[in-house]
Amino acid sequence: MKNIVLFFSAVAFVLLTAAMLLTAGWTAPPIHSTQGGFRGLSMGQLSTPRSERLLKEANKLPEGFEKASATGERATAVYQNVQVLKDLSADQFNRVMLAMAAWVAPPDQGCAYCHNVDKLSDDSLYTKRVARRMLEMTRHINEDWKGHVAATGVTCYTCHRGNPVPANIWFNEPPPRTGGAAATNDGFGHPTKANGSTAMSGNPFAPLDDKTSIIRIVSTNALPQAPGPGSMPSTYQNYALMIAISNSLGVNCTFCHNSRSFMGWSESTPQRVTAYHGIQMVRDLNAKFLDPLKSELPAQRLGPMGDGPKTYCATCHQGASKPLLGVSMAKDWPELGGAASQ
Amino acid sequence: MSLYENIYTQVQVRPAFPDPGVVIEENKDRAGGVFVQLLGYIGNAQVGPVYLGYLGVLSLLFGFFAFEIIGLNMLASVHWNPIQFVRQLFWLALEPPKAEYGLRIPPLAEGGWWLMAGFCLTTSVLLWWARMYRRAYVLGLGSHNAWAFASAIFLMVSIGFIRPVLMGHWSEAVPFGIFPHLDWTAAFSIRYGNLYYNPFHMLSIAFLYGSALLFAMHGATILAVGRFGGEREVEQIVYRGTAAERAALFWRWTMGFNATMESIHRWAWWFAVLTPLTGGIGILLTGTVVDNWFLWGVHHGIAPAYPHAFPPVVDPSLVPGASQ
Repeated sequence: MKNIVLFFSAVAFVLLTAAMLLTAGWTAPPIHSTQGGFRGLSMGQLSTPRSERLLKEANKLPEGFEKASATGERATAVYQNVQVLKDLSADQFNRVMLAMAAWVAPPDQGCAYCHNVDKLSDDSLYTKRVARRMLEMTRHINEDWKGHVAATGVTCYTCHRGNPVPANIWFNEPPPRTGGAAATNDGFGHPTKANGSTAMSGNPFAPLDDKTSIIRIVSTNALPQAPGPGSMPSTYQNYALMIAISNSLGVNCTFCHNSRSFMGWSESTPQRVTAYHGIQMVRDLNAKFLDPLKSELPAQRLGPMGDGPKTYCATCHQGASKPLLGVSMAKDWPELGGAASQ
Repeated sequence: MSLYENIYTQVQVRPAFPDPGVVIEENKDRAGGVFVQLLGYIGNAQVGPVYLGYLGVLSLLFGFFAFEIIGLNMLASVHWNPIQFVRQLFWLALEPPKAEYGLRIPPLAEGGWWLMAGFCLTTSVLLWWARMYRRAYVLGLGSHNAWAFASAIFLMVSIGFIRPVLMGHWSEAVPFGIFPHLDWTAAFSIRYGNLYYNPFHMLSIAFLYGSALLFAMHGATILAVGRFGGEREVEQIVYRGTAAERAALFWRWTMGFNATMESIHRWAWWFAVLTPLTGGIGILLTGTVVDNWFLWGVHHGIAPAYPHAFPPVVDPSLVPGASQ
């Protein structure tokens, strides 16, 4: 009997050890730690040679386009129905069109993805109407959101990377339907990639399309004052949003925060100010540009709730704390409102 | 001869008939029990007799209600799909009512089930407490176990009932579920400005780790003097044999002071009891008396300031002309 017990214990030990070794999702060393704050505060960022290599591969730059002269014949003189790029020369205009065909349109469709090739000025394709709004959005980001994008700026490629629809977008999730009188739990209790495999909110991005949603849930006073800033449910929502931001940027909490006081600005890194403007920017873009485009989009581009695709941090960042690892493509694109145009 | 030199108990007492324990009026008709060899390796090989009684039956019944309410709601939340139930089991939740409901009784789907499960679970635990108290009383024991258990119940009720009532919102309470209740813990600390600066949280941690240390010291001491009969520690409270004397001298040699065969158990009892007791006080002060423990710690000089590694960072929403 004792030997049988010992035998089964040994088998269980070996199996559990094997399961741990083979399934735990290890990170291969060496792990490189970069100190982020004052020593001893554990404000570091971690990386491995593999994670750095993958990040570099994922952020390869596309082939450049020869610069175009801003002088010469105007685009409006050559083309009909030019509504946004009215300030460009015809050469610049063509340069933008070629770039969009390369960066956004599916390779087998090219210009025809947005244009009626028999009549380029025709607005009948929804893709063209959306693209026009996206050009306005790109210029708006480069010109009005320097607090977030600084002089680095953005181009179509920052988000699209060759995809007609950027890879990282979000939709409103359908409200939890459990049926009958069963608890809805307000959508909590289901792990997703977006909420960092926690049991918290299934739609961490909701505050990015709802300016009334409270992100600052921690009190700025030591003692309670009515009304308090955030309830526990709003804390879960905020927590899930912060996890989504962290995943989008490929960093941990301490990239922006000192974990001993998440709310304290004097404890935080300068990156938190940039992130603050980023949250404001994403809210602005969703409200001004992306939500209204819903009416232009065909049904297959809409989410389960009938809303259009929306943006969040990962739409541009795609796992890097600086999109495209900080390389400014926009500086070569005065046509898109990049730094060179100003 | 068997010696206490192994990681498991080598000696198994296997009488011809199950040991009835003490013979008292209550125990007269309750003899019984079976022997299980496996359990003998880690404790007494005899299982039973179990005294359930009406308190035990009621406690199990209410516990079953709570278990079913929680489990069936979790199963409903994955549309009664058994595969998803197993896959998501650790994440599945039964959440308290939303903040809008305050302390009102919400519809079943909106937190009513949570209230009901909480009531049944609390009732079950309180009945189990009464049962422990009664059984100890009948056996002529002190009520130490019951009061230690009461300390744990105090923490549970503080988190799930007293504090939410003080705050005026059921939504402040902890959800049922494995990760949901852990997420609550993390979110609770963040919302209230870092619980590490809560002195009662500090005390609770000190007593928790202290309990583990005391347990290890005591367990090791008794095993170490087992070869001198040290496991008969209750007798040695009155009659100090060589085991007790050696154990005491060991600690006086190594740290100058020794607990006695009796007082070590008072040390252990108080450390264990004070862990949830101080923790519960810390919970009850959070949000009701202190809203941000870090700022409270700064105010009272327990949170040191570190040199800035960056240029000073200010809240961008306070900068003139800031967006929104």
